[in-house]
Amino acid sequence: MRNLLRMAGMAAPIALAASAASAEGVLNFANWAEYTSPELIEKFEKETGIKVVLDTYDSSETLLAKLQAGGADYDVVVPGNNFVAGMISEGLIQNVDVRSLPGFANLEGRWQSPPWDPTNEYSIPWLWGTTGFTVDTSTYGGDIHTYEVLFNPPPELQGEIGMFNSADEVVKMVHAYLGNDLCTEDPAHFQAAFDVLKAQKQHVKMYQSEGLRERMLSGEVKAHSNWNGSSLKLRAQDAKFAYAYPKEGVLTWMDVMVVPSGAKNKDNALKFLAFMLQPENVAIQSNFARYSNAVAGSDAYMAAELKTAPEIVAPSDRTFIFVPACSEKSIKLQDQVWTRLLK
Amino acid sequence: MTDPARLSPRARHTALAPALLAIGVFLVLPLLLVPVASFMEANPWGGVRPAFSVDAYIQVLFEEDFTGELVFNDAYPRIVLRSILLAAVTTLLCLLAGFPVAYVIAMQPKARQGILLLLVTVPFWTNLLIRTYSWIMILRDEGLINNSLEAVGIIDTPLRLLYTNGAIAIGLVYTFLPFMVLPIYAAIERIDRSLIEAAHDLYANRRAMLRRVVLPLAKPGIAAGAVLVFVPALGSFVAPALLGGGKHLMIGSLVQAQFGASRNWPFGAAISLILLAAVLAVLLWQARRQSRGEGLQL
Repeated sequence: MRNLLRMAGMAAPIALAASAASAEGVLNFANWAEYTSPELIEKFEKETGIKVVLDTYDSSETLLAKLQAGGADYDVVVPGNNFVAGMISEGLIQNVDVRSLPGFANLEGRWQSPPWDPTNEYSIPWLWGTTGFTVDTSTYGGDIHTYEVLFNPPPELQGEIGMFNSADEVVKMVHAYLGNDLCTEDPAHFQAAFDVLKAQKQHVKMYQSEGLRERMLSGEVKAHSNWNGSSLKLRAQDAKFAYAYPKEGVLTWMDVMVVPSGAKNKDNALKFLAFMLQPENVAIQSNFARYSNAVAGSDAYMAAELKTAPEIVAPSDRTFIFVPACSEKSIKLQDQVWTRLLK
Repeated sequence: MTDPARLSPRARHTALAPALLAIGVFLVLPLLLVPVASFMEANPWGGVRPAFSVDAYIQVLFEEDFTGELVFNDAYPRIVLRSILLAAVTTLLCLLAGFPVAYVIAMQPKARQGILLLLVTVPFWTNLLIRTYSWIMILRDEGLINNSLEAVGIIDTPLRLLYTNGAIAIGLVYTFLPFMVLPIYAAIERIDRSLIEAAHDLYANRRAMLRRVVLPLAKPGIAAGAVLVFVPALGSFVAPALLGGGKHLMIGSLVQAQFGASRNWPFGAAISLILLAAVLAVLLWQARRQSRGEGLQL
């Protein structure tokens, strides 16, 4: 759950009056709430004559459940990269041979053949970002680029910390802090992660993912786990908010577009994927959501403040760790840490 | 007491059929899937594998330690007990706050009662999430209460109101209060006024009259209100998550997580069944009290 607004957005899918009468037909698109640029959709509709019907969800898990339940009738959906493997193995998404899409070569080299889709058959990048934390630098002026600040906070930040209420994001952050594999199955690693979180808990004011920006702006907490685009929005409102790129390793995620099995408008879905491979189009989406995209040349169309934003342009000496899909055993141990922490 | 309109057995069956059908198809059948799912194996990507397993129930009380040994784990019993305790406190506070309100409303002239009852339901006109969120605005460090107290100089540093058990209780009481007021009102309103007059004639003061006449006769309403508050409060997770700061898990959020991030449907189903059993136990207990004549019909 990226924030409450997204949740609220779910209640009112901006189903733009599905007048399926249109000759070019429709595209049933489902994405995270508050994560689709209206300008982008307008442009696509204008250029192709295809009517876009937008539905939203609050997490990849919710999307997974919707696809499993069937009957959702989506043509394009946007899960996190770590859900691609599962959706393939469950037969929920189809091989659409994305490498043959016009404009595929526009993808930056590093995003071609990603680990979750090494043969470029299923997915096209939407946006990518990092999971770290934001610090109110008027309260704490020291170096923030280490997980120490979050997990073993200096006196100024003690009792003033907000954390996501998601076992997945928080426990993996501790693994990165301790230098362990994010999908470790070693119980000793989880014991160590539990010890870190247990010691941190006395300094944590709340475990809550929704409404984190409101909490930072109102001064309720002085440090909060956060995503880089969300932190950028905070700094736009107050310059004192800085985003930490921990030197121990930066958790990185990518949301990708995939086509569900049995999509009724597969041709339109492919048109949309190709549309998003054009730099001028994907830039509209980046400008809206404040996250990076994967298309070379999109810089030229990006808002000026995004090109220099420290939240987007990370220090060059950092290690980016892509959050993978973990085994059942690893998830179970992770869950155990969380239940013990909050029992 | 007049007998409710007498229906022939056939008319009665016809009248009940739509409700029974809806309950059967949309409640009983899906509910049967819950125990079935709880005895299956979890599928790593959500859902269940059709293989018999009692893992979900073992997990309620035991866990494989980080060293691989099966040991007793108090986490889930603690979460269940905490939820029950919180629901009980909520019920008690709702009763203390709701009884006087219901009594006063019932004692008003008929015309005014309607308006007052309408006012009781006003909170329901707003979405639960928004109502709960508003309490954050009121209770937080820079919120309405703290800012006002600081403005008039009563306190220097903000009081810690939000992210406490008290905040959870406030949120739950606020949400469920009408469920307590309405049935108690209905019970008191039915009391024959001549009984109250008789109490006064027999030299009962107001307190004795309340305790020995109104309270016993309002009991069915109180019992109904208690059930209506306790049951949903037990499974609530919006208030604990938003107002409690999520520092302690509640049974509702635990179940939700099993169908979400944890992807352990059988365990989620098992926990739901335990919740169901707890609710059923309360209802049965109440039904037995009734049959012993301590209360009347709901």
